[in-house]
Amino acid sequence: MSVSFALLGLLENGPRHGYDLKRTYDDTFGRDRSLHYGQVYSTMARLLKNGLVEVESEPGDGPDRKRYAITHAGITDVAEWIGRPEKPEPYLQSTLYTKVVLALLTGRDANEVLDAQRAEHLRLMRELTRRKNDGDLADELICDHALFHLEADLRWLELTAARLDRLAARVRP
Amino acid sequence: MTDQPLLVADSLRLNFGETKALDDASLHIWPGEIVALMGPSGSGKSTLLHCLAGILQPESGRVSYDGRDLTAMSDSERSALRRGEFGFVFQFGQLVPELTCVENVALPLRLSGAGRREAHRTATDWLERLEVGDVGAKRPGQVSGGQGQRVAVARALVSRPRVVFADEPTGALDSLNGELVMKLFIAAARDTGAAVVLVTHEARVAAYSDREAVVRDGRVREQEYAR
Repeated sequence: MSVSFALLGLLENGPRHGYDLKRTYDDTFGRDRSLHYGQVYSTMARLLKNGLVEVESEPGDGPDRKRYAITHAGITDVAEWIGRPEKPEPYLQSTLYTKVVLALLTGRDANEVLDAQRAEHLRLMRELTRRKNDGDLADELICDHALFHLEADLRWLELTAARLDRLAARVRP
Repeated sequence: MTDQPLLVADSLRLNFGETKALDDASLHIWPGEIVALMGPSGSGKSTLLHCLAGILQPESGRVSYDGRDLTAMSDSERSALRRGEFGFVFQFGQLVPELTCVENVALPLRLSGAGRREAHRTATDWLERLEVGDVGAKRPGQVSGGQGQRVAVARALVSRPRVVFADEPTGALDSLNGELVMKLFIAAARDTGAAVVLVTHEARVAAYSDREAVVRDGRVREQEYAR
């Protein structure tokens, strides 16, 4: 899910060929999970069908010659996705990281992404805290497990907020 | 629940030398609500708490409590307000070491003119409520950190303040003791109807609040009041 938004978001700063898009994705988000070409082209085909990208063809044939550009509908979708907090659950970091980096790359407020997510996490933590305090020992232990995981996410959010300037300097072209 | 905020910080600015501690900071606290002030260290959250409590004076902007302008009051008017309407819990209890725990809790009542016996009886009730009824005769140096903080909470609430300011109240405790302090503190505050302004960097502590306000670079991003 986040791969298609990430690819779409990367097009916001200008049209790219499929090959270039894959390279940029791998450099920015890939690390140990680089994309296959096939995945890039199938994603682009889907985005094209949904009207979120358009193709600027160049002379010559084959998929390599296609340059993809984001449409207005695509920009709206990216903005909506970046702004919408994720459902709090453990191990969200890679999706959040993608959102934060895309926000920085596209000139959106990355602090807003982090704040919206913090609010969403705290909402769930409040609910668990209430359940824990009204419940028995089993409730307490079950809720504590979830609370510790959510707290770890929040610590990551705080650390990322503190390092936004450094991250911006690294990811911005 | 009234539709007027009890405590308002309006566009506060305060510099410490070159550092902008508060830079157009605004915040609204409604009666009886628990608000967590969060944010990285050095963001200005403790400075904001001290301005709200009338301990620090902002260079510009105003703080009003129950419609009264705190920033325009004299020092003695502000101390009277702090004694009568506000309670405080700090990271390290800041109990008076020469007094016993029950005397510490009775102190605010004694300062407001209550008789010794009555003050001690009320203080003892509060210690029991915070589940530290057995430490009344001990001095702060003879009790554990968690017990000391519960004594400090009892002292903060004993005169039934309308606002309690708590600055990292569990900062010096392990998580089990911290949880117990928060659970008893918030339950007691809710019972008395006191609003709580809670500075914390710990999400698990902030989860006891009704809403959070994030302080960053001396500015506040306030989550909407929703009740």
